[in-house]
Amino acid sequence: MKRLITLIAAAAVALCLTSCGYNTMQANEEEVFAAWGDVEAAYQRRMDLIPNLVEVVKGYAAHEKDTLTAVIEARSKVGSFQVTKDVLKDPAAFQKFQSVQGDLSSALSKLMVVVEKYPDLKANQNFTDLQHQLEGTENRINVARVRYNQAVQKFNTSIRVFPNSFTNSILLHLERKEPFKSQEGASTAPKVNFK
Amino acid sequence: MKKYLLIIVSAILFLPAAWGYALEVPELKGRVNDYADMISPETESLLDERLKSFETSDSTQIVILTVNSLEGDALEDFTIRVAEKWKIGQTKKDNGVILFASKNDRRMRIEVGRGLEGVLTDLLSGRILDNVIRPKFKNGDYDGGFLDGTGSIIEACRGEFKNDSPPVSSGNDSSGNLPIIFFFVLYFAVMLASRVSKILSGSIGAAGLPAIVHFGLFPIGLTGIIISAIAGFILALIFPHIPIGGGYSSGSSGGGSSFGGGGFSGGGGSFGGGGSSGGW
Repeated sequence: MKRLITLIAAAAVALCLTSCGYNTMQANEEEVFAAWGDVEAAYQRRMDLIPNLVEVVKGYAAHEKDTLTAVIEARSKVGSFQVTKDVLKDPAAFQKFQSVQGDLSSALSKLMVVVEKYPDLKANQNFTDLQHQLEGTENRINVARVRYNQAVQKFNTSIRVFPNSFTNSILLHLERKEPFKSQEGASTAPKVNFK
Repeated sequence: MKKYLLIIVSAILFLPAAWGYALEVPELKGRVNDYADMISPETESLLDERLKSFETSDSTQIVILTVNSLEGDALEDFTIRVAEKWKIGQTKKDNGVILFASKNDRRMRIEVGRGLEGVLTDLLSGRILDNVIRPKFKNGDYDGGFLDGTGSIIEACRGEFKNDSPPVSSGNDSSGNLPIIFFFVLYFAVMLASRVSKILSGSIGAAGLPAIVHFGLFPIGLTGIIISAIAGFILALIFPHIPIGGGYSSGSSGGGSSFGGGGFSGGGGSFGGGGSSGGW
């Protein structure tokens, strides 16, 4: 009986060693990359929508030049920011990515507040179509970000827990990935001034 | 004393988690989940009939949900949580649609599965909400709104997917019970074998448990097979020495995964936040 117990204990130890997390960690990292792909796609969708949106708004609300240029500038800043997979493990670059996208978000939401003053524009079918698409895209971005953060959390945990951290430090050298942080002012709606 | 302390501490620990969840996702009752009683019974059965026949021909699942109020929760946050929990649409095809309305908030949304984003675009679902459903809802004609709305959604999605599996597979109730039956068979086999020899019953357990888990419940890797084989071996040695009551309780604990209720369940489709929101 005693020999049986030692045998089982030995088998258990052997199992712990074989399940070192080598595969799990890599699978988790791939999950992060896949989730990141969705984030990028959603942001790209928004980029593609903006020229049309600006064009339509211009036709009705040409006075809102400042708001429109702010959107265009924010967009071109996003466009000039090169995104590679390395962004994910570089906190500074990731912060930058988040801030340029955040600027574009706030410029856009200001624009959407401004257009409330133009009933003709709001009745325009082109504009309502674009509004639906923009709302849909913002929602996709949101969903993609939440899922990306979940994948990152899973991955970051998996490279830190015990047998995995050991495997990672000698074999895989996978680096921690950056999650999205909720941004200052992102949760507060833009202020409307009634003059 | 220690016990009370433990209860208090755990209560404190779990309270914030309960608060954090704004609105709980309701249970999936069928294709029409009219929690706010917006739809008349006749329309409800008509809708159910229509959605059912559409699923039989196209395998696309469309589900309706109404609630009384969002209770302050954000519309899109809530519907995506519903989508993630209900998993409407077939696996890999991701062809599910949820038509949602919150009665008191006067807000509605069409949540579109990933596979249908190409045909039922944000734009089109927005137009369906604005031009088809909203006018009816505004007049208080909820029945008409849901009928025409689902009609438009079906029109948009028709032909995108085909039901290529025979209708039998949609009722997965029997396959859910199968592992439990095997567990009992294994249990009795072990009990019988234990009268002959410990090694025999042990090896039956070691072979049987991984086989049931792997083929009956979910695929497990090599490591999983080894672990469950060892567990099966040990369990087979222990079981014959436990009074029958204990044996039963641990036997049934393995089969908690079987699907209950209604004969309708989501097929495992995934959502990426596509669709559109609106009000009336």
